[in-house]
Amino acid sequence: MTTLVVFVEQADGAARRGSLEALAAARSVADSVVAVLCGAGADKAAAALGKYGATRAVALEGGAWSPDAAAQGIAAVVKEQKAAAFFASATSTGRDVAPRVAALLDSTLFSDCIGLAKDGAAIVVTRPWLAGKLEATLKSGAPVLCATLRRNVFPVKESGGTCEVVRGAALAAGKATLAKVEARAGGKLDVAEAPVVVSGGRGLKEPQHFALLEDLAAAFGNAAVGASRAVVDAGWRPHSEQVGQTGKTVSPQLYVAVGISGAIQHLAGMKTSKVIVAINKDPEAPIFKVADYGIVGDAFEIVPALATEIRKIRAQG
Amino acid sequence: MKIIACIKRVPTTDLQPRVAADGKSLDATGVQYMTSFYDEIAVEEAIRIKEKQGGEVTVLTIGPSDASKEIREALAKGADKGVILVDNGWSGRDPLATAKALEAKIRELAPDLVLLGRVGTDRDNAAVGPMLATRLGWACVTDVIGLEIADGKGTARREADGGLEIFAFALPAVITCQKDLNEPRYAALKGIMAAKKKPVEETPCPAGASQAEVVKLALPPARKAGRIVGEGAAAVPALIAALRNEAKLL
Repeated sequence: MTTLVVFVEQADGAARRGSLEALAAARSVADSVVAVLCGAGADKAAAALGKYGATRAVALEGGAWSPDAAAQGIAAVVKEQKAAAFFASATSTGRDVAPRVAALLDSTLFSDCIGLAKDGAAIVVTRPWLAGKLEATLKSGAPVLCATLRRNVFPVKESGGTCEVVRGAALAAGKATLAKVEARAGGKLDVAEAPVVVSGGRGLKEPQHFALLEDLAAAFGNAAVGASRAVVDAGWRPHSEQVGQTGKTVSPQLYVAVGISGAIQHLAGMKTSKVIVAINKDPEAPIFKVADYGIVGDAFEIVPALATEIRKIRAQG
Repeated sequence: MKIIACIKRVPTTDLQPRVAADGKSLDATGVQYMTSFYDEIAVEEAIRIKEKQGGEVTVLTIGPSDASKEIREALAKGADKGVILVDNGWSGRDPLATAKALEAKIRELAPDLVLLGRVGTDRDNAAVGPMLATRLGWACVTDVIGLEIADGKGTARREADGGLEIFAFALPAVITCQKDLNEPRYAALKGIMAAKKKPVEETPCPAGASQAEVVKLALPPARKAGRIVGEGAAAVPALIAALRNEAKLL
């Protein structure tokens, strides 16, 4: 009987999708999965987790968000449950909290895992090195196997399960506390969590031409705009949109690369996308070597035509 | 203000890696090294805080004696001292073992602020900074793109998924640095000359067992060969058909 604890992020009583993916992944390698939720709304989000694979959910109420206070609370649950493993989604918050939980458990951490398997009773993980240029399969000799899981890799699973919800000890005051949040304009999806990513590079020639990609992303509805390092360094786009070795690593269902030649550092960050489409005027561009489907030609004609077609399909439902 | 910037030497980002004959490690033949991209930002931030508020910047690394090259680069930019915890097997240490080794030296040096890159661009764990802070019992903000320190307190802007998070904390603290925090300077000739006279301490790194065991290291599975569906806007219907019928998307 293996017990695994999962940190489930929630906002206003709803669990984040990445956390539901982590619950499903946890259930695939453990018999008993304990979800831990923090902050106001934790009870409400906890109640719905049974159908996503949790067998028990622990709600930890607390004041202002603090990653160190949350880590203390989560680590206490891991110890109390005598859990063999601890998972979090590799979100911005998950990657902030998980190393602290691991350190409190005197355990190392495997970040951004893309594969999970059982080897006898042990859990074996696969994770990228050098931003995905290599894949390492690792075993843990730690007291608790601690891992964060890349988003969009492990599918969410729904069942008719239920879970027992318990209220844990309230979180203590933290050493670093959240004073203010400045949300991104328009509630845009982050490039690392969007199911569709539409990325642009130097081939777009001028920063204002990213409006074409914004429009294509809007046509898809569930897309985020990404960028190559070249255009981020040139100041055309914010670093938060950069895909690649010194930006974000993404695994969307669909990655559309527009005017991106495909430097090795960029390819490393998007090669695990399920389907890759490349639009580039240079038929020799390295991006075509990793693309499933390519169109050679002028992005300024192709992208609007693609947006129109996508809108038609979505209008048909 | 006493500041420590931690740096790590990593393979250059243009490396096309090969797996060594043991099937578990990186083939080091021909690998060139650089200071991890985000650690350069940590060094820059440390120097800027010193220039504004006074104090001393120590650059700390774990690595072979060769890492004095990366340390000298930081000294040339304006850091004051270097410390190398010498360990030829540095790249095999897991993040917890790394955090423990740094912790011992940092306790001895007793700084007000420790800066690190948000992630090492070799193993991509992004774990050492928050692990170190947890072990020290200090505040820590990760992925920071704006930092203000005054009167023993700090405010840090953190790049999160949904936007920016602003954290308040008291010193001592550990900060991990994200790309937009600053633009690292280049060393000037004068700085390069001055760096030669700055002290670099080499001391053996405390032994630390790694809890991570590599079972296998491999190149990612090759993607299935794709195809060009056509040229120009006229190819859009063919692309849509492929996405719907073959890829089962849309």
